[in-house]
Amino acid sequence: MKLVIGIVRPERANNVLEALYRADIRGYSMSRVQGHGGELDRVETYRGTTVKMGLSEKVRFEIAVSEDFLKPTIDALCEGGRTGEVGDGKIFVLDLQQAVRIRTGETDSGAVTPVAS
Amino acid sequence: MINTGDTAWMLMATALVLMMTPALGLFYAGFVRSKNTLNTFMMSVSALAVATVTWAAVGYSIAFDGTGSLTGGFGHAFLNGVGFDPREGTTIPHLVFFAFQASFCIITTALVSGAVVERMSFGAHLVFSALWSVVVYAVLAHWAFGGGWLQANGTLDFAGGVPVEMASGFGALAAALVVGARKDYGRQALLPHNAVYVLLGAGLLWFGWFGFNGGSGFSTGNGSVLAFVNTLLCPACTLLTWFVLDLLRDRKVTAIGAATAIIVGCVGITPAGGFISPGWAMALGVIVALPSYGVIMWRTRTRVDETLDVLAAHGIGGFVGILFIGLVAQKSWNGVADGLFYGNPGQLLDQATAAVAAPVYAFAATYVLLRLVALVMPLRATEHEEAIGMDVVFHGEEAYATGEGAILISEQILVRETPVRS
Repeated sequence: MKLVIGIVRPERANNVLEALYRADIRGYSMSRVQGHGGELDRVETYRGTTVKMGLSEKVRFEIAVSEDFLKPTIDALCEGGRTGEVGDGKIFVLDLQQAVRIRTGETDSGAVTPVAS
Repeated sequence: MINTGDTAWMLMATALVLMMTPALGLFYAGFVRSKNTLNTFMMSVSALAVATVTWAAVGYSIAFDGTGSLTGGFGHAFLNGVGFDPREGTTIPHLVFFAFQASFCIITTALVSGAVVERMSFGAHLVFSALWSVVVYAVLAHWAFGGGWLQANGTLDFAGGVPVEMASGFGALAAALVVGARKDYGRQALLPHNAVYVLLGAGLLWFGWFGFNGGSGFSTGNGSVLAFVNTLLCPACTLLTWFVLDLLRDRKVTAIGAATAIIVGCVGITPAGGFISPGWAMALGVIVALPSYGVIMWRTRTRVDETLDVLAAHGIGGFVGILFIGLVAQKSWNGVADGLFYGNPGQLLDQATAAVAAPVYAFAATYVLLRLVALVMPLRATEHEEAIGMDVVFHGEEAYATGEGAILISEQILVRETPVRS
């Protein structure tokens, strides 16, 4: 069981969602974050005050998956998130100790497998 | 002979109409995604710059110099002969008349931008606005207000069903077709980011509309008073009708729908304001809601990304208002002409002529203009820029900058930096 953290461009978030959907990955959370990853700084000007925006808006996906789903998840994040320019983001994969579905108390793989609906 | 009361009111009315342009910017800005807020607002604000200059240079002259059939002359170009003496047929200084008409040109030019927000290049939009304010607005203003062929024919248009509402509505349709849909249109839900802006903008527009319609009699006479009161009655009825339509459709009264209804009601009464009785104005408020509501429901199911429904609100609203005059105009109220219901079927024919000619000209001229602009510069931002958002790409600013991670930099450093437009 792994926790996949994918940080992507906000404008690619919908493409990532589409790619995840096509890969049958139905459980994830996403949040807006700000970060810096070596991309060019953006310069903005407000009434003569010029500022360098060191942090850019990103979207962070967190996806807990069983081993079988690890590769499809990473592929979906790459496929949906990639533009080829600096600033496309990163994917981090962590070992996941435990997962519990609150409603039923199921644990681990049972908990990260979506309910057939 | 100058009348001081009339002049005082017209000065005030001009200021009211001028306020409608930033109000429209607010209204439009609420409808788009947050990354395009400033650009959408700026498209309206830019009309204050561009259309005022073109209007003073040639637009006013083309609209209001002489009674040529298709266009006016160049006698008033660069404000030549526009001074303190009253304009013929009015009791206010020619300068005030010019300024009042200028504010109409500005708001109309701003209206068209609703069709192309979230993807049109700002530079191309400036060029297009400048040309449109002369080629479409000034010419149609001449037809309806300046002694052109429609007015000479007997078409009644109190405050701009022809040059303002139908011109912007059908021009917007052409603009949407030439510029094309947003890249995500029809694939993703593109939702209004701030419905409060939309409601506040609509409210301010209604407020300004009292100057727009109430000033279009160029006096404090009966026509102006009638138009002023009808500007209260008609949109109120449209609002109520919209509530009912919303309830029937989804059992919920929507805020965005209410804002739209205010605009549709104000548009409907614009041509008819000083010509129909208060009772008929209330009936018009109900009637105009139906086709506009229908067109909005239908348009969103098509591939035509006429983004902010300028056609449904202004084109259709103006069309209905213009025709309605032909049915219910009453000489006992307006002192000018009766409509079909009061024994003058000819008036309906005159109104129908305008209801066909104005849309055809506005659509065709806008289409050709944009095609010409496209020959010299790209009309659209690139897909990548569209994804980033127009605010950062064209203005280097954000509407909702948090300031987190922003580093103050001095001018020396800036010289070596390259701006991010890629």
